[in-house]
Amino acid sequence: MLKYTEDHEWLRAEGDEITVGITAHASEQLGDVVFIELPEVGREVEAGEEIVVIESVKAASDITAPVAGVITAVNDALADAPGDVNADPLAAWFFRIKPADAAAVDGFMNEAAYQALIG
Amino acid sequence: MGELRRTELHDLHIARGAKMVPFAGWDMPVQYPMGVMGEHLHCRAHAGLFDVSHMGQVILRGYDVAARLETLVPADIQGLGAWRQRYGLFTAPNGGVLDDLMIANKGDHLYLVINAACADQDIAHLRQLQGVTVEVIDQSLLALQGPDAEPVLARLIPAVADLRFMDSRNVDWQGTELWISRSGYTGEDGFEISVPHDRARALADALLDQPEVALIGLGARDSLRLEAGMPLYGHDMDDGTTPAAAALGWSIPELRRNGGARAGGFPGADVILAELDAGPAVTRRGLRPEGRAPIREGVGIFAAAEGGAPIGRVRSGGFGPSVGGPVAMAELPADLSEGATVFAELRGKRLPVTVAALPFIQPHYKR
Repeated sequence: MLKYTEDHEWLRAEGDEITVGITAHASEQLGDVVFIELPEVGREVEAGEEIVVIESVKAASDITAPVAGVITAVNDALADAPGDVNADPLAAWFFRIKPADAAAVDGFMNEAAYQALIG
Repeated sequence: MGELRRTELHDLHIARGAKMVPFAGWDMPVQYPMGVMGEHLHCRAHAGLFDVSHMGQVILRGYDVAARLETLVPADIQGLGAWRQRYGLFTAPNGGVLDDLMIANKGDHLYLVINAACADQDIAHLRQLQGVTVEVIDQSLLALQGPDAEPVLARLIPAVADLRFMDSRNVDWQGTELWISRSGYTGEDGFEISVPHDRARALADALLDQPEVALIGLGARDSLRLEAGMPLYGHDMDDGTTPAAAALGWSIPELRRNGGARAGGFPGADVILAELDAGPAVTRRGLRPEGRAPIREGVGIFAAAEGGAPIGRVRSGGFGPSVGGPVAMAELPADLSEGATVFAELRGKRLPVTVAALPFIQPHYKR
């Protein structure tokens, strides 16, 4: 089951890792994505740290780490096909993170709460 | 900040799902559901319809009006043939650029199109001309751009097929007089059409009924003009940028330069002409980043991968959908050779970028 952050990221808990992407709402707001810079695998990050640069035809934005932890994988395919984020935002994951606190994902919004947030 | 002004096509934009943004005091469509990338590529492949009714339109009349306008604009306006159009600049006493404009000779008067953000200032500037009446035209302005612009518009008005690049003509469409020029701001063939407000929606609908035509917002208008190497006033040049520094010296013919028959006689002539004689130290250059990261307005450009002061800055930049990568225009030393590698400082890192020729795409004008 997906969880959501107030920064319009979706989180999917799988084993002891969380896969992170951005929501369809976020991808629509950004417009056509043309460039993505992903963090290095193995990097230790703090919650709220800006770790992904995403540039659309309009502007540059940052994506933050939803929780503290270690980056275990990144979706390198996005570097060559950044438009996948617009085409299928749920499939176009950015990175996987192993949270320092295994229960960290529990506090995020569920689907209904997120839908209420974006109206 | 007062109410945003609305063009006659505002309802159409809303009905077509436009995302509206404030632009120069107007509520304008930045994109439609097709998106900036899709709209850009559609315009280069087929035909795009732009609402540019926010732009200022002015008619000048009076004895010797061309000579009088030449006191504000360093172009050859007296030599502009009837029903021809030309690009020019309003210059400032310090040698900077106050605005850029299109000037059409329509027989017994001149017709000007000026930037929305500068319109009030330009009109006040024009009203200083002795013996010239300045009529501000309250009409809609549409642009139809792209390789299919001619077949599309010719279905409504066959006579437009006869126009060549920078021709201007008044034509009849269903009893309404349209002022059409073969020009635009995309690097593609196309037309700019001034139409009375009460017929603007009907004309837009008639164009949009044709399968080749899609509405294009300001977002794609910007990426199209950027790829075409066309400067945007307020970004690529301003009142602190000389014509030569903006790489717009081509708009000042020999005739208006030192030694020419009508040399000088416009604001800032001393500074502007001396710089054209000597060659500018800095000028507007094209840049192609080697990676995929766009470099945008304000990014500093350096000669080396480390250290040193900036040698210039990006004045407009972004992603070029037809180029398939980032493109930018920057004020840089004029003696940098094409193909040279310089460095853009982005998020604390210096990324290699190549000095490139402008435009970034091959224009398709019908000359």
